[in-house]
Amino acid sequence: MPGADKETELSERIEAFLSELKRCGSGAGSLRGSAETARETTSLLRRITAQARWSNAGDLMEIIRKEGRRMTAGQPSETTVGNMVRRVLKIIREEYARSRGSTEEADQQESLHKLLTSGGSSEDNFRQHFTHLKANVIEAINELLTELEGTTDNISMQALEHIHSNEVIMTIGRSRTVEAFLKDAARKRKFHVIVAECAPFCQGHEMATSLSKEDIETTVIPDAAIFAVMSRVNKVIIGTQTVLANGGLRAVNGTHTLALAAKHHSTPLIVCAPMFKLSPQFPNEEDTFHKFVSPHEVLPFTEGEILSKVNAHCPVFDYVPPELITLFISNIGGNAPSYIYRLMSELYHPEDHEL
Amino acid sequence: MGERLTTSTLLVTEEDEKKHEIIRAKGEGKELTKEEKQRLRKEKKQHKKNKKDDRGPPEKEKEKEKASVPAPSKPATQSPAHKAAPVPVNASASESPVAAEKPAKSKAELRAERRARQDSERASKQGKKEGGQQSTSSKPKATPNELQPVVKRLPDHVQVDDPVALKKLAKKLERQQKSGQGCSLNITGVKVPLRSDYGYKVSLFSHLHQYSRKNPPTQQISIPVTVIHPSIVRLGLQYSQGIIAGSNARSVALLHAFKQVIQDYSTPPNEELSRDLVNKLSPYISFLSQCRPLSASMGNAIKYIKKEISNIPSQCKEEEAKRILQECIDSYINEKIILASEAISKYAIEKISDGDVILVYGCSSLVNHILCEAFEKQRKFRVIVVDSRPRLEGREALRRLVKKGIRCTYVLISALSYILPEVSKVFLGAHALLANGYVMSRVGTSQIALVAKAYNVPVLVCCETYKFCERVQTDSFVSNELDDPDDLIVTRNGKTHLENWQTVKSLGLLNLVYDVTPPDFVDLVITDLGMIPCTSVPVVLRVKNVDQ
Repeated sequence: MPGADKETELSERIEAFLSELKRCGSGAGSLRGSAETARETTSLLRRITAQARWSNAGDLMEIIRKEGRRMTAGQPSETTVGNMVRRVLKIIREEYARSRGSTEEADQQESLHKLLTSGGSSEDNFRQHFTHLKANVIEAINELLTELEGTTDNISMQALEHIHSNEVIMTIGRSRTVEAFLKDAARKRKFHVIVAECAPFCQGHEMATSLSKEDIETTVIPDAAIFAVMSRVNKVIIGTQTVLANGGLRAVNGTHTLALAAKHHSTPLIVCAPMFKLSPQFPNEEDTFHKFVSPHEVLPFTEGEILSKVNAHCPVFDYVPPELITLFISNIGGNAPSYIYRLMSELYHPEDHEL
Repeated sequence: MGERLTTSTLLVTEEDEKKHEIIRAKGEGKELTKEEKQRLRKEKKQHKKNKKDDRGPPEKEKEKEKASVPAPSKPATQSPAHKAAPVPVNASASESPVAAEKPAKSKAELRAERRARQDSERASKQGKKEGGQQSTSSKPKATPNELQPVVKRLPDHVQVDDPVALKKLAKKLERQQKSGQGCSLNITGVKVPLRSDYGYKVSLFSHLHQYSRKNPPTQQISIPVTVIHPSIVRLGLQYSQGIIAGSNARSVALLHAFKQVIQDYSTPPNEELSRDLVNKLSPYISFLSQCRPLSASMGNAIKYIKKEISNIPSQCKEEEAKRILQECIDSYINEKIILASEAISKYAIEKISDGDVILVYGCSSLVNHILCEAFEKQRKFRVIVVDSRPRLEGREALRRLVKKGIRCTYVLISALSYILPEVSKVFLGAHALLANGYVMSRVGTSQIALVAKAYNVPVLVCCETYKFCERVQTDSFVSNELDDPDDLIVTRNGKTHLENWQTVKSLGLLNLVYDVTPPDFVDLVITDLGMIPCTSVPVVLRVKNVDQ
């Protein structure tokens, strides 16, 4: 039966995606950037919408939620997966509301009045069947995909507004967004970049070689020298893995030190993060916030005689509180960290925060 | 018009008179007295000065150095007691204003004072040149209420971007092969080698040297090395290859090498041990600073040795003098390093309580000693060792602590924000404490202090008083050390990204060795004199100088 084939093909694809997610969690950054992950997730969700069997919006949301839970469980630190799932859920809600004729924005805000007058929970609302819902949802997801494809370019286009000539810019580790940002600015301006190598994975080396190929004056420094050279730095521009709901960051380890040093010298800290990195998580969930990789990166097995008597830690991420951040540059423009909560409410529905 | 007598004409007439005297004395077959020999010497100096007056002050200084350096090796034996020679009236710019305005004292006494001052100045100036150290009161015999304006010369190792300074350094190194000779030895063209810089230097640091470990400084030294003692050559190589690292280890090794040098030293005829030995040490010190810039502790040790050597009375026999010097060096090591670390441990152990989680950075011999002592005294604590690339010195500290049986955790400095909430105290070692309260230590120390401050964790710095130095510095750029940039290259997953960094024009690697920590990050400094705040460093220095 064609339906069954499609289903098996679908589940195969999902399995393949999951296994790849699990594999590239080795800590040396993802094998592919978060943009790619976001795109793959979204196209997978589009496929699910197209091929899975569902009759109304509620069913579809259930299916997507289930798959989303499986995917996030595969690699909890890869938050873009969960973010995309939430975006799609919001799209479904919007399309449903549009089909029904009511405006969705009114239902969004939970006011005391709504709580008193609405009465029934919103789950019943999604049981109506609309014929064009599928087509609408797929079209909306296509729009989302186009938006995702253009994020890096949108961010790089803003580069010249933020970098002037003869600046010294500091960055840490490797971020494809920041790389594109700096390369775009380098086409018109001359400036100097200092890259902190970010041990133990030393991704800063890759970043530096790639930047210097575009004739940008680059210097590689070890992590220990961050505070020492900070006094000569004009701006700190970093990428991040996730932007948290309070405006804080979950970024590579070493970023908190960088942010503190920048604060001490009153150097502005600019974060280049596309919108799909915005996650409704808060940093208080201790057990899910940190991710560790093999301590062999830190203390190799050649130090065998002391290895057994020593605890070695190799955390991958750092929490940076929002007070240390000056500006977020995303594909929809520049924002202060205090505005992040509003952006989040536009992207995700509050009920989807917990998948 | 004709009546106006300038100082030069006066001088000329004075000189003529003396010349006549000397010629008369020679003619009479008498041996030139010491006074007259000194006078001759001074006159020659004078002539040279007058000739080169138009060339400007730097040349004049060089000439004075040239004149002053061969002066002690001249056959006339000088004792500090003879001060009958006339002092050149036009004192050069670097010599502080001679106290010639004391008409109350007699001329001979004046000259005596001036001579003594010149001697001490000369000794301290040599210490300045070689060790790159500033001497505060270079006149220990001057009255304390005379605040002489001390013009501090900028050390050579921070003037790499100035071609004039580089040329002067090269000339000085060349000169030092001749000065160490004495007139009896016959030396081939052996000189203290000038090490060349390696690789692309980041423009912010173009005033500092950057050497490669693959080009050791001894490549240009031919065998046999007659100017530099072999134990010094070995020491220099150990420094440049990083075999001996850490300021205490370097100072102790230096002092032991000097003991060997003194042991093997023999005074040439017609020389005084107190002068000649000091001059013998100068090329050694230049060589060592070419191998690796001297640390503050080494500079202080060298100053101490030179002072001890010049204080040897002239009647002392050679064996006796050598014995005295060996004892001095031994007592310095014992007092300033070994006993000091015992005293510091005693104070520091009071600050360690049961249940503490102590964070240390890198490998500081002093901090390791404190922790081991505390563990022996049955304190219950655990240690977190923070390490950083590329030196990875923390592994050495980890080994020592684990061998003792202390419970340890090990992280890299990028994981500092993760581990700091668990920490109750931070113990840091120091390379030097500067006079404005800044702590100069291994690069990364300031970062640790910064993040610890943000988490409200107390930061304690442990430092012996012999590492206190009079320099002041506010950032890590003006005076630092650049290590071999190739150390940053690492191979991961089979890929070495920075392998051909030299070929890429716009890529530079920066491997700093030291950084300075502002005093507001440091809560307490534990020294052998007690526990002081960071800002009390100049007080300790003053007390020390008055003692000396």
